[in-house]
Amino acid sequence: MSDQAAVLDYHDVAPDDGAVVLQAVDIAKTYGVTRALKGVNFEVRRGKVTVLFGENGAGKSTLMKILSGVEKPTAGQLILDGEPISLESTNDAVERGISIIHQELNLASNLSVRDNIFIGREIRTRTGAIDYSREREITEQVMERLEENISPNTLVQDLRVGQQQVVEIARALAADARILIMDEPTSALSATEVEVLFKVIRELTSHGVAIVYISHHLEEALEIADYAVVFRDGELVATEEAANVDLGWVVRQMVGREADYDFRDEPRDFGDVALSIQGVTVAEPDTGRVVVNNVSLDVREGEIVCLYGLMGAGRTELMEALAGRDPISGGRVLLSDQDIKDLNIQERIAIGMGLVPEDRQRDGLVQMMTVGKNMSLASLLQTVKNLFITRKVERENVDRQISDVRVKTAGQDALITSLSGGNQQKVVIGKILLTNPKVILLDEPTRGIDVGAKGEIFALLFREARKGLAVLYVTSEVGEALTASHRLIVMSKGRLIREFDPRTATRDDIMAASGEHDTHYEHEESAAEPAEEAAREPAEDAAKGAPQ
Amino acid sequence: MSTTTTTPAPPAGAPAAEEKKGPSRFNMNTLLVEGRALIALVIIIAIFAIMSDNYLTAGNLTTITKQVAFNAIVALGMLMVILNGGIDLSVGSIVGFTAAVAGNLFRGVPVPGTDATMFPSLWVIIIISIAVGMLVGWINGLLIARLNLAPFIVTLGMLYVARGLTEVLLNGQNITNELRGQEGLNNTGFFEIFASRPLGLPLAAWVMIILAIIFSIVLNRTPFGRWLYATGSNERAAQLSGVPVKSVKTQIYVLSGLCAGIVGILQMANISSATADLGTFYELNAIAAVVIGGAALSGGRGTVRGTIIGAFVIGFLANGLVIVGVSPFWQKVITGAVIILAVAVDQIQQIVQRRRSSARAVASAKAAAARRQSTDQTSARS
Repeated sequence: MSDQAAVLDYHDVAPDDGAVVLQAVDIAKTYGVTRALKGVNFEVRRGKVTVLFGENGAGKSTLMKILSGVEKPTAGQLILDGEPISLESTNDAVERGISIIHQELNLASNLSVRDNIFIGREIRTRTGAIDYSREREITEQVMERLEENISPNTLVQDLRVGQQQVVEIARALAADARILIMDEPTSALSATEVEVLFKVIRELTSHGVAIVYISHHLEEALEIADYAVVFRDGELVATEEAANVDLGWVVRQMVGREADYDFRDEPRDFGDVALSIQGVTVAEPDTGRVVVNNVSLDVREGEIVCLYGLMGAGRTELMEALAGRDPISGGRVLLSDQDIKDLNIQERIAIGMGLVPEDRQRDGLVQMMTVGKNMSLASLLQTVKNLFITRKVERENVDRQISDVRVKTAGQDALITSLSGGNQQKVVIGKILLTNPKVILLDEPTRGIDVGAKGEIFALLFREARKGLAVLYVTSEVGEALTASHRLIVMSKGRLIREFDPRTATRDDIMAASGEHDTHYEHEESAAEPAEEAAREPAEDAAKGAPQ
Repeated sequence: MSTTTTTPAPPAGAPAAEEKKGPSRFNMNTLLVEGRALIALVIIIAIFAIMSDNYLTAGNLTTITKQVAFNAIVALGMLMVILNGGIDLSVGSIVGFTAAVAGNLFRGVPVPGTDATMFPSLWVIIIISIAVGMLVGWINGLLIARLNLAPFIVTLGMLYVARGLTEVLLNGQNITNELRGQEGLNNTGFFEIFASRPLGLPLAAWVMIILAIIFSIVLNRTPFGRWLYATGSNERAAQLSGVPVKSVKTQIYVLSGLCAGIVGILQMANISSATADLGTFYELNAIAAVVIGGAALSGGRGTVRGTIIGAFVIGFLANGLVIVGVSPFWQKVITGAVIILAVAVDQIQQIVQRRRSSARAVASAKAAAARRQSTDQTSARS
């Protein structure tokens, strides 16, 4: 950072010769008992785009955190330009030329573009004041290079998301980044903005910048990739030049042994309607925007209904409104013929409906409590006798439930944080099952869980369904929607689009119904884990057009 | 003691030690956290006992116990609030306000529209006054739970409001003589009861012991207690588990008001007067006691035992400094330093624990990897 003027003099070395600039050797990372990375060897090449594929929890994000100095590896070595290095912090990484752009943009929206680009590394005049004119000059030069017509003085809050992303990239360039890590950069962009981003990426690589790119949007990511790297269960399972691979290859590598479970042949003897959703509309409490629009749906006793939809489709909002966290603005919901409109969360649990939330850490677990106390939290009143909790009954219930849902734990007195993600999820599900529900709602029940535990969780749900439990769950993984449900309903932009029988539906049917397939992507086999495309708004594309 | 030593210890000792192994390892951590306060207490007592012959006398211990009890009772209410992740700055003012209400009731309440004055009986006065303390706490709770206002702001405002109302009620005059009551009005006996010393221990100490037991049972054995810990650690998760988070939140401020109200009555009996500055700064001592006792200000962690020990640390320290003759200015410096030290030690302990547990995880991961490698090799050979 000594010489800001050097910012734009691109590295005078051969720009895109594909030489290895950054190497990760035998990198391992352990959180508690969870092994997020199990000894990974990974290379970043100059002037090339290396795309990381993998399901949630496969270890991509952990590796990126290590490469960008957020986390230190438990074991292994990073080698930058042939020198072993140890990154002490993100600032350390930035100074060595490694920048990361996170999925959630990291900008101060109340400050100008210029201020954001130089935040924390302001250029000073001799008196120590900020040298605004120099900063503006550099900002203008960077923007010119990126071919984005954004004035340095514009407030970030006045920019579109795509432009904000460009500001993030500009910040990395102004910090002289040679290696740029992009975590889900397109998840909030419109199709036009994605094109612009790809052009920027190509421009960067032609100047020798190495790009590491993570995306759940497989087709899109393959389009930009020079190298494809696939992660599964904390291991790097395949590296290949992108020219030699197609989507089918990526999916096969990613999914690996996933086809372990298949519940399509489960019995279908359903009972009465347990949950009846009739014309439900939900508006965001803050903005009044309608996020769930006139949804009607019945779930019968013993039936497992899967709501397939992408992020922003209104699935989480529907689930939380059903559970009682947010108000239902229109329509009605009957639980065993009882209108639940005026019941709070506690009362809804009491009459037999509970939610397993999407964000386990934020909404599912009480981190300071033991496994047992988490497990019994929702059903505590059942164990009360004469004002007091009967500890014996509580402990017996918990022990029974731990073995019933097969939680691997040292015992009910172990801290909940000592469990792996899959086992934590089993505790959350077990907690709701202990309340003897008629209907269980699950929002992305397998998020961030390893493949083995996924199968176990679905096996558990089908077992309960055979006993008469009605299950409604949400997922954004086509694979599990197809193999683990009795009925599959596609949701998009707040509405239910189409209903499928998982025994006859194909991936393409479902993705087409969810509006995910762009016309120019035609593939035999489609993505196992589609991106959050629903956030894109075609209307916006048309209105703004490509900034040329 | 002598009776226990006569029992045949050695044969019983061996199996007992083995049985202990499981749970005692679990209790080790809590023992360390609370043990720190206990060790501090022992050190403080030892130092002052060496420095002054007057420190460990029966008379002085009684004085200390009484002062500790006032703080500890307020701190018990504060513990409930802090377990929830909140804070109650208004307790000191509620102490003063409760006393002022009680004093006025002793003085008699003019019946509106007539010349008559109403004199409630002693127990009616006590109940009404403490209920007023709970009412103030309830208002705090409603504003915090229902309107989602920040506890710090609400109770800071209430600190002023309740103190102001205390001054309004007293109107510049302390209420002293009226507290004795008058024969025939059925309001005598205040001091005889509330300044009494059953079995030689001040009443306040008995109240502290009883409340500590009740609060301990509430926290450990009732759903309310469990819900309180759960909301303090993760309110969103607790809510989705059907915990009535808003009513729990409201109730803890009522409990805090109850404790402050009780102290208001006891302290008024102790100094024989309702004064405008009664209870000033009690909130700070109470917070200090809770924190020294190992509670996390962010909520979810803390115990009754720790809080009581914390109150004793502050009480013994303050009294010792006076007895040894440290200047009042330095007393404040030392007290403050002890509070900071207590929290710092707590934090360091947690960091060390985290390191240790991650080191253990690394070791087990390495061991697993080694095992896997060796099995790979054997399978490759075969």
